This record gives sequence, structure tokens and C-alpha cells, in this order.
Amino acid sequence: MAADASGSHALAHGPLPAETLAEMRELAGRYPQARSALLPMLHLVQSVDGCVTQRGIEACAEILELSTADVSGVATFYTMYKRRPVGDYHVGVCTNTLCAVMGGDAIFERLKNHLRLGNDEATDDGRVSLEHVECNAACDYAPVVMVNWEFFDNQTQDSAVALVDRLRAGETVTASRGPEVCTWREAERVLAGFPDNRADDGPGAGDASLVGLRLARENGWTAPQAGMDAQ
Amino acid sequence: MTDTGTDPGTGTTLMPVLTETWDQDRSWTLQTYEGAGGYRGLRRALQLQPDEVVELVKDSGLRGRGGAGFPTGMKWGFIPKPATGDTEGEAAGKPHYLVVNADESEPGTCKDIPLMMAAPHTLVEGVVIASYAIRAREAFIYVRGEVLHVVRRLQRAVQEAYDAGHVGTDIHGSGYDLDVIVHAGAGAYICGEETALLDSLEGRRGQPRLRPPFPAIAGLYASPTVINNVESIASVPMILDRGADWFSSMGTEKSKGMTLYSLSGHVEQPGQYEAPLGITLRRLLELAGGVRTGHELKFWTPGGSSTPILTAEHLDLPLDYETMMEAGSMLGTKALQIFDETTSVVRTTMRWVEFYNHESCGKCTPCREGAWWMVQVMRRIEAGKGTYEDVDTVLDMCDNIAGRSFCALADGLALCVQSAVHYFRDEFVAGTRTPAWELFPYELSALDGLAERAGVAT
Repeated sequence: MAADASGSHALAHGPLPAETLAEMRELAGRYPQARSALLPMLHLVQSVDGCVTQRGIEACAEILELSTADVSGVATFYTMYKRRPVGDYHVGVCTNTLCAVMGGDAIFERLKNHLRLGNDEATDDGRVSLEHVECNAACDYAPVVMVNWEFFDNQTQDSAVALVDRLRAGETVTASRGPEVCTWREAERVLAGFPDNRADDGPGAGDASLVGLRLARENGWTAPQAGMDAQ
Repeated sequence: MTDTGTDPGTGTTLMPVLTETWDQDRSWTLQTYEGAGGYRGLRRALQLQPDEVVELVKDSGLRGRGGAGFPTGMKWGFIPKPATGDTEGEAAGKPHYLVVNADESEPGTCKDIPLMMAAPHTLVEGVVIASYAIRAREAFIYVRGEVLHVVRRLQRAVQEAYDAGHVGTDIHGSGYDLDVIVHAGAGAYICGEETALLDSLEGRRGQPRLRPPFPAIAGLYASPTVINNVESIASVPMILDRGADWFSSMGTEKSKGMTLYSLSGHVEQPGQYEAPLGITLRRLLELAGGVRTGHELKFWTPGGSSTPILTAEHLDLPLDYETMMEAGSMLGTKALQIFDETTSVVRTTMRWVEFYNHESCGKCTPCREGAWWMVQVMRRIEAGKGTYEDVDTVLDMCDNIAGRSFCALADGLALCVQSAVHYFRDEFVAGTRTPAWELFPYELSALDGLAERAGVAT
């Protein structure tokens, strides 16, 4: 049941807003060769339209002097680019081997049943969409769930259900290692290269990242001192 | 200089260097980083000639931390030198580029993401030093897109470095200029392969290139380019600050320095353990509180899913580049995924094969078709519906997949299957009769209860 309720399609008529087109040109100007900005530009299109729209593809093609087929070819290669709207909160459950074994498979099954969604589908109200993701580089926090590409570490079936229920109810949720979760479109804008000034939110590191350091401190273990030859 | 960390026995201790500041208040800020001696390495580098920096990194023995273990200084040395009398890269022809591979996606690998989250300036400082050494005026940090907060921290760190004069024009009054761009990817494992990453950074589908030419000659925009892993570049500031001898005093004869070992899976205290190269898994497990209580080690990966699995018989091998090769595996990214006796090796292999199939870019036929067919056969085996020929078929397919593509993705697939059959052939044979989930009930491998212990934020 892919949702069409977020209004994205209604918005997607006519050209992209002038300020968006200006920002796309700004991105193109950041690189030695403009085409390097294509991935950031597609992220920006998603931040405005909720997915990669035809008008977004046309705008990229025009600014970068590419064919729309070239742009589509790139957009369809990468899993983060969506051809239809995802939810305001896109939930990714890691089902790569390690997370799967540690409980990720069971979490994904539970969430599919709980939300009555298949893979890569959104709820009717457009609030939450669900996808299984590949390794997200947080294996020491397995099983891992992502919401709009923020980490929710050490999940269980119950904690994951509670998480999506809060998202559906409109409550704010805070990532294990990160800030209060923004909407998917806001996240896409940061990925496009427009910071949201929230770098200072959240901790520097989670417990698993610090486990070796703490052990070294407890035992007084350090790296060797630098010799005079280093100076 | 004491020779530390070479004892493969039980005495090896942890040596926090990269992780040293991770527990400090606001560890990610420039203020914290400079308070701990940050950007001293850059000051020293700028007092040297670029070629002297390359020599110093060569002398340190630093090898690539992204999987292949290629000597970092040697890689830098492949960049063409300016002609006699010229002082700048551009004068010798095309511009040079530094590209940091921050696309950490190898299954099991989880070291670069916490590094960039907790101490992004370690990377930024390394980027400036490395760029200076190879005479680059533009550098790119290609970070995977699926880690939003890491992207934020990198964006902020680069901005802080610009504001403080560590990046930009006339850095520290040296006359050296450098721009650094943080570039977010869009979801594709293959972009961790260096030539695919370059194509992606050029705004194309991320598909590997045929080599030669190598990136050192024709990389980004067909210009001389160095591509290094995050941890490799982040190790450079300390080498400049504390010396090549200091770095090479850690580790083994051919595998120098400290590194991040990432333990995950069925282990009591998963996480990052920074230790000299050559520590053993037995010692690391000891430090990590052992395998999950009441269980025993069945198999493990030394450095991600693409490195052939090993078993308990390899617990005492030094985890360095040479020893892992001799044992028929690879050190890879030092992503130590630990699986206990409840785990079905058919299930884990099947899931990795599905991963490689999903991530094959489709450019080379043996990989694109081979991965798909491997999934079909492995599904039969997992479901207990394999035929008596299937185990041999799987191995035969590996022979036809490995070494026949532009990049190593398909090799990773073949190695993961071959090593699993090598050590656990009986489990694959059992797949002709019994589903893997009956032989190894999957719920027994799951770790409910871990969340309560570690604390869950929702």
C-alpha cells in the first residue's frame, strides 16, 4: 500500500521553486566540474519533492547539460533515491548478516506485521515507511534500526515497535547517537550539502565506541610516549 | 624506543591514540581537538617539503586501513612530481586530488563512522597534511549518505577548520591553499571500491573502472588522485606530531602502528578496541569479556564479509596483514564479527550472498549473473531442498565468478562461500535434507536482553 498522501505529487506540478533551482546551481558551482554536484542535487530534489520527480530530473539535466536519460540512469542506481514518496519518517531495519542474526530479521518481520507494510512501503497517512537496509556501519550496536538515517542502537522487537508507534503518534524521538529526528525531507537537505546547525546535538560517542578506551583508562594502558626524535 | 605490542600472547594491551579524545566533553569540536594537541601535526608538516612528508609517512610503515593494506606513503609517492624548478602541482600538468573514502559499508565494519562522529578533526587534519604532501589543492571526503549525523559533524568540522585557518587560502601563513568538500553518497556499497567511488564523485553511476590506468595517474577527472580510507588519513596527524619511529614502535615487523579492531556479534562487550597490529583474537575476546555467556566461538571474520571466515583454531594468530594472508584470509577492515555455536553458517553465507547480489553494480557478467544464481542455489540449501550436486555446484560457480570482474566485489562473494564450505561442508550437505532454521533455530542466535543491558534510546 504505497501512500500517495503526502501531497508530493500535487506539489510536483510546474517547475521547481526558483530558490531550489538557485541552490542547485550553487551546488554545481562548488565542484571543479559541475557534474560532480549531481548526487547532491538529487538529494536536494528529494528534500523539496519527497522523491526524485520528473521535474527534478529535468532540472538537473538542464543545469548540468545532460540528457534526462543520463540523470535517470544515475538516480536509479542509488538506493537512497526514491521513485515514489517515502514516509515523513523512513525506518530502515538492518537485515545484513550480523544484525539479522542478532535479531534484525525478527525486528523487520515484527514491524511489517505491526504496520501492515511490505518492504519499501509507507503507511496510508504518509507518516512512516519501512525498508530493510544493508550494513549501516554500526555492527557493535546490533541490532540496528535507522530513522531518517539516524542511529537507533541495540534494538529489540518491542523497542522497535514502540519507536514506530511514537513516530505514528507524532511524538519526537531522539536518536541514540544524534539529535531529535528531523523529517526525511529535512535530512535530505543536509545530505545535499546545506547544514541544519544541529552538529552539536547528541553525544560524541556511544558506549560501544568507548568500551576499549574505558578499559585502557581503568588499567592505565597507553600508547608509547613519543621520543625526542619526533619533535 | 620500546618495542611494544609484538607479543602475540596474552600480554598485549590496548593503545588508545585515535580514540584518545572520544570520551571528552564535546569531543567533536575544534576547541576540544586543539586542546588535546590537535593541528600540531599540520604545523610540523608545513615546515617540511611535501616530499619530506611523503617520506616520513613511508618511514612510519603506515598501511591502508580500508582493507587492502597497501603502504600509504608509497601510494602518495606514485603521484607525479613537478618538473625541476616547478614548485606546485599545477605547474607539472593536471591538478592533483585527495579523495577520502568514507563510504564505510563492508558488512561488519564500523570503525570510521564512530571516528568521524567523535573526532572529525582527526580526519580533517589528516586531509590537509595528505593534500599538502601530494600537492593537491582540492580534497573530497566522500561519506556514505546513510549516516546523517556523521555528515553534520563533518560539515561542521570542515567549516571550523576554514574559520581557524587550517583549511582555505594561505594555511598557517604557508602560502599553501586547500579547499575541502564534504560529499554525501546516496546508497551503494560498490562506491567503497575506489574507482567506483571516483565515478560516483563525478556524478555518474558508481561502477568500477578497468585498471590501468591507476588513479595515481588518471583518477578524479582523469587527474592524479590519491584515495585513502578514513582511518589511514586519520592516523597521519599523529605520525607527523609524534614521529615515524613512534608509530613504527607499535605493531609487528611488517604491520606497524595501532589500529581500530571492531568486535561485534556474540561477544559480551562489542565495540571498538584500539590496539597494536598483531594482537590476537583470543586476547581481544578476553578484553571484551569473552563470547556471549554460556556459548562458544564457532566462526568469525577478520575484516568484514569479504574476508574468508576463520574458526576457533585461529584464535592465537596475530591479527596482522601477513598472518591473515597465510591463514587463507585477509586482515581487511579488522571487523571481527563473532558468531557462536547457535549460528547457522548456511544462513550467514546465504545472507552475505544476497547482499553481494543486491550490491553488484551489474557491469561485469560473472558478478551480475553469478551472484544471482548463487542466491538461487543458496536459498535451496538454506531451505533444506538442495540437491546432492549443489555443494559442488556452489564451489564450481565460485571458480567461475572469482577473478573475472573489474573489481573485487565478486571475489568477496566467492571467498565467503568457499571458506564457509571449507570449514562447514557438513552443514551445506545437510541442506539437502533439513532446513537451516531447523538445524539451528534462528531465535537462539538473537540477543534479546542486550537492549536492556546497554540502554535504549527511543
